[in-house]
Amino acid sequence: MADRDTIRIASGQGFWGDLLSAPISQVRRGQVDYLMLDYLAEVTMSIMQKQKTRDPSKGYASDFVPLMGEILPDCAEKNIRVIANAGGVNADGCRDAVLEVARKAGLAGKVKVGVVAGDDIMHRLRSLVDAGHELRNMETGESLETVIDRVMSANAYIGAAPIVQALAKDATVVITGRSTDTALTYAPMMHAFGWSSDDYDRLAAGVVAGHINECGAQSSGGNSLVSWKEIGESLGDVGFPIIEANRDGTFVVTKHEGTGGRISRAVVAEQILYEMGDPREYITPDVVADFTTIQLEDLGNDRVRVHGIKGQKATDKLKVSISYSAGYKAVGTLVYAWPDAIEKAQMADRILRERLDRLGAKFDSIRTEFVGWNSAHGALAGPPNPDAPEVEFRFAVRSTDRNAVETFARELAPLVLTGPPTVTGFAGGRPKAQEIVAYWPALIDRTQIEPGLRIEVVDA
Amino acid sequence: MKKVLLYELAHARSGDKGDTVNVGIIARKPEYYELMRTYVTAERVKAHFGEMVKGSVDRFELPNLEAVNFLLHGALDGGGTVSLMTDAQGKTFSTAMLRMEIPLPDGFAL
Repeated sequence: MADRDTIRIASGQGFWGDLLSAPISQVRRGQVDYLMLDYLAEVTMSIMQKQKTRDPSKGYASDFVPLMGEILPDCAEKNIRVIANAGGVNADGCRDAVLEVARKAGLAGKVKVGVVAGDDIMHRLRSLVDAGHELRNMETGESLETVIDRVMSANAYIGAAPIVQALAKDATVVITGRSTDTALTYAPMMHAFGWSSDDYDRLAAGVVAGHINECGAQSSGGNSLVSWKEIGESLGDVGFPIIEANRDGTFVVTKHEGTGGRISRAVVAEQILYEMGDPREYITPDVVADFTTIQLEDLGNDRVRVHGIKGQKATDKLKVSISYSAGYKAVGTLVYAWPDAIEKAQMADRILRERLDRLGAKFDSIRTEFVGWNSAHGALAGPPNPDAPEVEFRFAVRSTDRNAVETFARELAPLVLTGPPTVTGFAGGRPKAQEIVAYWPALIDRTQIEPGLRIEVVDA
Repeated sequence: MKKVLLYELAHARSGDKGDTVNVGIIARKPEYYELMRTYVTAERVKAHFGEMVKGSVDRFELPNLEAVNFLLHGALDGGGTVSLMTDAQGKTFSTAMLRMEIPLPDGFAL
């Protein structure tokens, strides 16, 4: 592999719950060398932590295991290597499950499965804080002490180095916990091209490639504002993006021939701006990339060339993703029909608020939206349409008091017989009180994490 | 002076980071970039969103992509799972931004 000048890295999932057929298409409908799958969003770790608490064998992206059962024979035959942060809070459990499906598929001795672990610092939080690592909230500046007793998960974002080590040990599949989304794409470049850890411009190019791959079809025509009408129903068979990476750090974004969607300069530009902060400083554990240096060149035929990217040395901190329990919320809806649909819904809102007040239910927040009028664009939607054919009344509450939230859940349905007329849409039953798992971003010295990482590769 | 919606000059994508929304606007043609860049200031964006954005607005230019990125702080009712908003991830702030009216200089042809 080290003597090749171009490798193809396919995107297979943009989040846990993405199109299940996408990774299968990526390995069967054309040539690729690597398949990356991003499963983790900010709150996913806490969901996995809850699952692991109930069953110690769980706590990872369960979809990943049957997917591997399906595509590992293809990967073994075509020498495609898979990198996924599917491990969640239990990478070892995920590895064991993948080993089992690999053996069932007759691949014993033919594939190796690697894990990267050590990002989970949940059990170390108290001692880290006591040792002076404050883990303050990056957004609010608050001390972790205010929520430490309610923490549900805590993971450091890990860079590409341990994935590169697992690839060097010939892993067919590398399963990580909270690796950064972008590292899943540029670790193969570092491995295949032997880029050093201080080759900042090439690493920055890898980060940009990772940012383009990490949200799946958002780079190949999905959710594209600029050309959704022209792309149209070809999205039914959308091809997920593929990065054709060159040794010199330039790359081409493309997709398999014959698939739907579109890759153009404008489509890729939209994805580059997605979840962007300061474009001059896109911070990762391996490099700080400057997104104002990205040059995009439309080559036609669903190919966009990317070059010119600059980067700088990474910081001495890693980001930490902490989740904690933050009270309860519930959301309920009813639909009001013409005539005066919005006026009726507004009256229902006033009546419901008065009843909740009378019952003494205390909320930290109450929010009313009228779906069909202002739930997306708020005041920018302008005045309501007095002749609207219908509107959905959406009422949401939040409280640290679960009883208050349950009170609301009981009070919504009675509006059907005790409020304004021509109302429907209550068949789903009472709203459910949900526990809120909030996100707490923080920073930690990388010396606290990186020496403790564990990389293991075993035969199926 | 003739006015057009920013939607005619630009396309956009938005996303979330905690309680902050980012909106990246991209000129539909390179020749629209300068008009977009000079008119769409942080102050005008803050005024455009009014009560929808509780905090400040940061602004960053990406001339390489004929784009400008904005960070709208305090726009998501606490953000993520805490938020009671339908659009807790700020996905539709992109086109909300593009509702802004832009005065066209004399002789500027779309």
